[in-house]
Amino acid sequence: MEVSVHNLTKTFGTLRANDGVSLRFAGGQIHGVLGENGAGKSTLMKLLSGFLRPDSGEILLDTKPVALGEPGAALRAGVGMVHQEPLDVPGFNALENLLCAAPRWALPTRTEARNTLIVLAGRLGFSITPDDPISALTVGQRQQLEIIRLLACGARTLILDEPTTGITAAQARSLFVALRHLADEGNTILFVSHKLDEVAAICNTVSVLRSGQVVGEGQMPMPQPQERLLKMMFGSGVDHVPSPASRLLPPASCLPPPASRLLPPASCLPPPASRLPSPAPSPLAWQLEGIAAREGNLTLTGLNLDIPAGVVVGLAGLEGSGQKILLRLLCGHLRPSSGRLRLAGADMANTTPATFRQGGVEYLPADRLIEGLVGPLTLTEHFALLQSDGAIINRNVAEAKARDAITGYNIKATPDSTIQSLSGGNQQRAMLAMIPDTTRALVCEQPTRGLDVASARAIWGRLMARRDAGCALVFATADLDEILDYSDYVLVFFAGRISQLIPRAELSASRLAELIGGVGFESADGVAKANLQ
Amino acid sequence: MISRDQATRRSTLIIAALALVGALIFTSLVLLSSHVPPLAAYKLIFLGAFSTPTRISDMVMLASPLLLCSCGLTLTFAAGLYNLGIEGQVALGAVAAMIPLRLLPNLPPPLLWALAFAFGAAGGALWAMLVAGLRIKLQVNEIFAGLGLNFLASGIALYLVLGPWRRLGQASSSGTEPLPADVWLPTLGTLRVAPAAPVIALIILALIWVAVTRTRWGLELRAVGLNPQAAGRMGIPAARRLAESLAACGALAGIAGAIQILAVFHQLIPSISSGMGLLALLVVLLVQASPIWVLPIAAAFAIFTTGSLQMSVALGADSSIAGVLQGALVLFALLARGLSGRR
Repeated sequence: MEVSVHNLTKTFGTLRANDGVSLRFAGGQIHGVLGENGAGKSTLMKLLSGFLRPDSGEILLDTKPVALGEPGAALRAGVGMVHQEPLDVPGFNALENLLCAAPRWALPTRTEARNTLIVLAGRLGFSITPDDPISALTVGQRQQLEIIRLLACGARTLILDEPTTGITAAQARSLFVALRHLADEGNTILFVSHKLDEVAAICNTVSVLRSGQVVGEGQMPMPQPQERLLKMMFGSGVDHVPSPASRLLPPASCLPPPASRLLPPASCLPPPASRLPSPAPSPLAWQLEGIAAREGNLTLTGLNLDIPAGVVVGLAGLEGSGQKILLRLLCGHLRPSSGRLRLAGADMANTTPATFRQGGVEYLPADRLIEGLVGPLTLTEHFALLQSDGAIINRNVAEAKARDAITGYNIKATPDSTIQSLSGGNQQRAMLAMIPDTTRALVCEQPTRGLDVASARAIWGRLMARRDAGCALVFATADLDEILDYSDYVLVFFAGRISQLIPRAELSASRLAELIGGVGFESADGVAKANLQ
Repeated sequence: MISRDQATRRSTLIIAALALVGALIFTSLVLLSSHVPPLAAYKLIFLGAFSTPTRISDMVMLASPLLLCSCGLTLTFAAGLYNLGIEGQVALGAVAAMIPLRLLPNLPPPLLWALAFAFGAAGGALWAMLVAGLRIKLQVNEIFAGLGLNFLASGIALYLVLGPWRRLGQASSSGTEPLPADVWLPTLGTLRVAPAAPVIALIILALIWVAVTRTRWGLELRAVGLNPQAAGRMGIPAARRLAESLAACGALAGIAGAIQILAVFHQLIPSISSGMGLLALLVVLLVQASPIWVLPIAAAFAIFTTGSLQMSVALGADSSIAGVLQGALVLFALLARGLSGRR
């Protein structure tokens, strides 16, 4: 079955998630679709599988234009999508899930459904039996069940969104065998991923999306050189400076010419090592020894890491590659399943986030109104909450502190403004203003998410001042420029694996992009021996 | 503690007016449909409680424990909890208050009253701590935990009435042996009003007002109620504050239970709380945890309930119309709030 889209456009507010996308996916092949976060891959796949309706443009199945209003209609037309998180009912067994999620015409009786499940599982080499309870299945097996369901409902085009996230290597191999088998039977497979090696391993063609548009000449036959694909994925930022206006560091006076930005001149951006007090070793903020931790379907293992005080460590990687696990470990919101975590030398086993906080760790979450601040309370009330002594609130003191914060951090608000009435940038500044002076380590998740350039610069000015005062700062962001501009060291995450601490000076933008895409990740361990003690 | 700006105050007034008008229209429709003249009915509901000194004293004796329960619920509501278990906490408070009264009847009455109040508070707090434990340790929603414990509490009260504490010679589900009159809370002359009850209730209301609006503990409760995650990030022990608010609410409900024993029924009866906890829940739903409004609303509800008691005699209609009016007020207030929030 041939799937093609013509001039497909979908906007969310002012964001053009898909902007005139035209592609043709031939039947009997596996097609890779690459792109970084927010490139528009998921939007395209949701348009194809009926979860979204396009604003304009056409979807053609076997050259016939179709209107896919909802997922059921798409499935009747033969297009099915396997989501990253399988959409199933945990309390049911495999057979019940198959029955309840399939239309009546596809599987009229329980016996028929049971036979279909057994036959398809056997044909595809999947290890599922009808009576397995969903709660006992792995993510990989639930994904297999979802594929079986789509095929049983007549899908001839399968869309897989990051299918290897959260499944074992063995399951990924058996998935690839099954996908190849399905393609050979004439089905069309769309394989959405950011893992270049997987795309290279199984795809016949590849298309790259960036900022909602198809990059370059469109669909290309595989194999393609990795550097080319990376350049297409991450765009111009990989080999020249995109916009000097968004820089805070290095100062404009010594901005290097674009071509030389890969290796900033030492005079401009001294390598971090030279800024550390050289004879006396820098005090360590965190020490992680053999840490393993799990959250959702992602596991970090064998994590050995020393983070010194007074440096900025940027966590790079595509969203959901494990950065959040490390951030939450560092502030005590997630307990390691094994290993030892020390904070300023003190063992943090069996402690709570409150212990970390007393130890001087402050956590700035990305969801400011969910985890960060209490939206309906005012600035003054927040400062009253942070007063450390006295049972009775001293409203005058709290209000004075709120006023200080408003002038000091340039927050556009009055002391009586509720937090939820502030703009995102002002909320972020308010959160920064509330960090106690005793803080020795800051953990920031996307510190400038949703902020305009000026606000982001202001935030970074504050964060850098904290660093210069000796505070350790670990931050995660999806913005490569932010990583390169502000980090002293970079940690790259790829599918739950972590590189060593790489000094910023030894890392070029193109190398960072490669690492984020998983290219040469194994050898990244040797990239830099970050010997910090 | 925060002087809310004028706009919010005005919208609060508009919501209140809308709720009142909506509730009156709705209640009038109910009255008309049962052929009761609405004006005569409203005259009874609004003014009936003031018609005789007896009725005024009945109203005060209903309002006092209601005020205590509402104060307690103000705390749990601020902490974001729906403490439906308050009925059981009142009952357990009443049961606990009976213990010193039965065991040490020869103590001087003032000491006995103090003991009864202390036991009542402890009993209610203990029962509420069960809810807190289920909620915090076992992630059982406080609504279900509270409802389950309500059944258990009324079971305990019924068991005591019919079993160990039954009247001499006969077991009657109507109640235990009445307490000797010298341990009743003293009343004004022959009226049923015991001044100690409203005084205690008003003192506690003042304390709660200070706690919620002036202390850091109260502010922390509100922060936990509005956003437990963020409160935890800012170093507030969220689980502990939840438990404390439930315990405090239980203690106040227990004191209300002790008042029911010492000053209203003078014996343990199976339905000792008489639905007062649920009525207090309506009060607090209406005032949304702002303590200054607790007194007028609780008083108004007590006035409605007392006034409507004369409906069956005067108009041949059932007294439950007060419940219709109270429920409609809450419903329309929630509706108006929802609508103004959507704008």
